[in-house]
Amino acid sequence: MAPDSIVDLSEADTRFLRRLEAELGASDLSKCFQCGVCTASCPVREVEASFSPRRIMKLAKMGLKKQVYASDTIWLCSMCFMCLERCPQDVRPPEVMTVLRNMAAKEGVAPANLSKLLDIIKQNGRVYSIDDFTNEERGDRGLPAIETEPGFIKRILEVKG
Amino acid sequence: MRYGLFLGCTIPTRQMNYEQSAREVAKVLGIEFIDGDYGCCGFPVESVDEVKAFSMAAANLKIASASGDVLVTLCSACGEMLCKAEKRLCEDAETTKGVGKVLMQANVSYAGEKPRVLHFARMLHDDYGLDNIRAKVVKPLKGLKIATHPGCHYVRPSTLYPGFDDPEFPGTLDRLVEVTGAEALDYPGKTDCCGGGILAVREDIAKAMTGKKLAKLTGKTDAMVIVCPFCGIMYDKYQRTLEEELGKEFGLPVLYYPQLLGLALGIDSSKLGFDVNSVDVQSLLEKAGV
Repeated sequence: MAPDSIVDLSEADTRFLRRLEAELGASDLSKCFQCGVCTASCPVREVEASFSPRRIMKLAKMGLKKQVYASDTIWLCSMCFMCLERCPQDVRPPEVMTVLRNMAAKEGVAPANLSKLLDIIKQNGRVYSIDDFTNEERGDRGLPAIETEPGFIKRILEVKG
Repeated sequence: MRYGLFLGCTIPTRQMNYEQSAREVAKVLGIEFIDGDYGCCGFPVESVDEVKAFSMAAANLKIASASGDVLVTLCSACGEMLCKAEKRLCEDAETTKGVGKVLMQANVSYAGEKPRVLHFARMLHDDYGLDNIRAKVVKPLKGLKIATHPGCHYVRPSTLYPGFDDPEFPGTLDRLVEVTGAEALDYPGKTDCCGGGILAVREDIAKAMTGKKLAKLTGKTDAMVIVCPFCGIMYDKYQRTLEEELGKEFGLPVLYYPQLLGLALGIDSSKLGFDVNSVDVQSLLEKAGV
C-alpha cells in the first residue's frame, strides 16, 4: 500500500464534521457503506485513476478535512450524476461533492479558474460577454439582440457572505 | 404553442447554430418562443456558492413567469439548474431562507414563482409529440445512421424529471431522431459524459473523456446528435485539437438535434447554422440528399 493511502484518524477535524453534517441536507453521508458503485460508475475515474468518489466519501465521513481539501479531487467530479442514480444508499455523492466544494471555497481553497469564472459572471451577468459584434452576428442570423448586461446577476453575486 | 425561451450563456454567443436551428424548427412546427432579459442560470456558480447559484436561478425564474407558464431551455445544464432550484426552493427550508436573504439584498423581488421548466427536446417529445413532428417531415433522412448522445443533465438526476426518460437507458432522443427517418444506433457508451463539466478545472481530463467517446464512434456512425452546448464544445469544437493530439482522424459530424430535424422538415440548410459547426458536415448533407 502506498504511504499516501494510509489515513491517520487522529487528524479528524470535528468542526469540519459538524459543519458538513449541518450543510448536507437531503444527502446522508453516514449511510455510505463504501460499496464503490460510485467509483465504478464514474466516467472521470475511467480516464483519471487518481479520482475516486468512494475515497472522497470515506475521507469526508471520517472528518479528514486536510486530505479532502489537499488535492484537486473534489473539483474533478464532472456532475454526470450516474453515481447518484446508482448509489444503493442514496448518499448522492455529487451533492456531497458540491457541499464539500462550497465549504472549501469559503475557506479560499477553490481552483483559480473557477474564481476567475465567477469574476467574469459578476462582471457580465453571464459567462460570455455580449458585445456589439455578437449582436451584429446574431442579427445576420436572424436572431434577436440580447441585452448586454443583466444587472441582477451582478447584484446577487455582490451580496456579501 | 407558446413557451418562454431560456438561452443561457454559451448558446447565444458560441453555439448560435443550436439557437438558429431551434428557432427555425419552431417556426415550421408552429411553436412560438418568447425571449426575456435573462442572465446566467447559476450553474457555473453552484460549486463555489450554492445559495448564490439558486438565487440566480430564482431571479431568472421570476422573469420567466412573466412570459408564461412554461420555460424551455436549450442547454441541459441550464435546464437541470433551474429544475433543481425549483425543487430545492420547495423542499429545503434552509436554502430557501438563504436565497430569500440574498435576493432581498440584491433588490430582486421573488415571490416563489416556479414555472414549469422543460428541455427543448423534452418539449418536442412530451408536449409537441412524436406523431405531430412526423406529420411535418417532408424529407425523411433515410439511410442516415445517427449516434445520439443524450448527455448527462438532460436525463439526470432523474428525480428532477419525474415521468421522463430512463437515466440508464435514455431513449427519448433516439425516438426524436427516428421520426426524422434516420436510424438511431444502439452503442456502448451512449450515456457517457462529454467531460465539459470539468473543462475549467482540468482540461486534460475533460479532453481525455471526449476523445475516448470519439474514438469509440469513429467509423460506426454518420453523425453524433446532441442537445447540450457543453457536448457541442467538447465533441465538435475540440475534435480537431484531439485529432492532432491523439494522431487519429475522427471526422465525425456533430449536429444539434434541431439541425437534423430541420433538414427533415425541409428547412434550407443555410438557415440551420451549419457554418458554425467545426467538423465539416458536407458529406453528411450529401448523404442526406440536401
